[in-house]
Amino acid sequence: MDYPHTFRDKSKSKILFGIFVSVFFFTFGIVSLVFGDDWEKSNVDKWNAAFMETVAQGEKLFHGPQLGGNTVQCAMCHPNATNTHPETYPKFQKQIGKVSTLREMINWCIQNPLQGKPLAYDDPKMIALEAYIMFERRNSVLVPGKH
Amino acid sequence: MEEGKLSRKDFLRRTGGLLAASIVPMSLVEIACGGRGKGTHEKFTFAFISDPHLTHIKGTNFVRNFDSGLNKAIETVNLMFPRPDFVVFGGDLAQLGKREELDHGMELLSKLKVPVKFVIGEHDYYLDMGNYWQDKISKLNYSFDHKGVHFVVLNSILTYDTWIKRWKTPEERMNEMARLDNPNGSPFMVGDDQIAWLKKDLENIKNGTPLVVLSHSPLYKIYKPWNFWTDDAEKIQSVLSRFDNVTVFHGHVHQVLYNQIKNISFYALMSTAWPWPYPESYTQSPHYIPKMTVFMNRQDPFHERDGTGWAFVNMDNAREEMHYKLWENKDRIVKYDDSAGHPVDSTYQKPESRILPQTHY
Repeated sequence: MDYPHTFRDKSKSKILFGIFVSVFFFTFGIVSLVFGDDWEKSNVDKWNAAFMETVAQGEKLFHGPQLGGNTVQCAMCHPNATNTHPETYPKFQKQIGKVSTLREMINWCIQNPLQGKPLAYDDPKMIALEAYIMFERRNSVLVPGKH
Repeated sequence: MEEGKLSRKDFLRRTGGLLAASIVPMSLVEIACGGRGKGTHEKFTFAFISDPHLTHIKGTNFVRNFDSGLNKAIETVNLMFPRPDFVVFGGDLAQLGKREELDHGMELLSKLKVPVKFVIGEHDYYLDMGNYWQDKISKLNYSFDHKGVHFVVLNSILTYDTWIKRWKTPEERMNEMARLDNPNGSPFMVGDDQIAWLKKDLENIKNGTPLVVLSHSPLYKIYKPWNFWTDDAEKIQSVLSRFDNVTVFHGHVHQVLYNQIKNISFYALMSTAWPWPYPESYTQSPHYIPKMTVFMNRQDPFHERDGTGWAFVNMDNAREEMHYKLWENKDRIVKYDDSAGHPVDSTYQKPESRILPQTHY
């Protein structure tokens, strides 16, 4: 066995590793500067526009007859999404009989006063309704569990 | 309870001990004022049914729970003893002003065994600008005297011509008006023509005559974004200012609400269809909810008829006593307080006296 040789190789590989790491982070840095997900105003505007578009879809559903079977609309009882209180969910919901989420309560309303069919929890309509309700209730104090 | 007044207990006994008494979505109003001389004028009662919003689905189908709210009110009025002299209908018989809805509503109301005095609501009006209502149901504004009290019915849901002409079809106009939280909305008004009519109508009425004004929208300003608002309210209030005793009963807001502006007491009546939240629960714009009002509890959606209710009023020497009955909630008595100069909730006025659900979410 040639021990001195091994020693020289070890120190060489340390240097190589150092170079590799520096190159990697340098390249990564350049790449993320060019292609990365940075917080530029145009991006923020784009994301907000996507959110507000979803809010607008939710507002339409909230004020239209399409969710139910009897033309009744969410906004008839909840103008501007008042008395929805998303800031209090999850909470014990008497008519459901357990601690429930806002989505479960939305479906309860669709099935009962609106006489419609419940939505899947990941249905884009459900997300739009949730977005509209959350937007209208902005600045409300978060008090989960409160009735 | 002063002598000569009808106590709540007596009242309930006289209604025949109805089990239905706690589920009646209407208001029985007892008038015992008839001027200053107590006992010299005839007492009477009238009932008040408001805002059933009957909604046509298709063919002969209507939204079940709105029908059942109105039916409960009608059945209970018919079971009352003594029977009220008449019923005031406070407006919004229909949801979208359709003939099917108005006809259906009239068919249900035809079961009432007492005459009805009609007030028109915006949901009855904006499809055909009140034509069918005037042909088949009632005049839009009128007055009548009953046992020493002068009643005036106002059509308070008119609005500006520019808004009316904005929409392409009658259906579009109706749909825009029917949405409470519509950013394209337009405030209500009584209008100068009707105010001129009101002045003329009141010309020969003495200041001491008790005056009851019936309107759909509140004749004062509460919250513009939801049209809890009458734009020319001050003009009407000034016409009424010379009277000693003026009470305005209105529908439209679907909630317990009362106010005193100078000589005028205002009381909102409940809806038979559904309750509305108070505007203060929407924090994005300012409201003018009367500070004296103690809110009704937030309704429990599990109970279909919760948040609606019934009430009766004793009026004696220009001082009314309003009894609100609310399902699943405790009773309310609102009395005029001479020292405060406005109506006061006899039990819950102080914030520390309020029952838990009055501040809940």
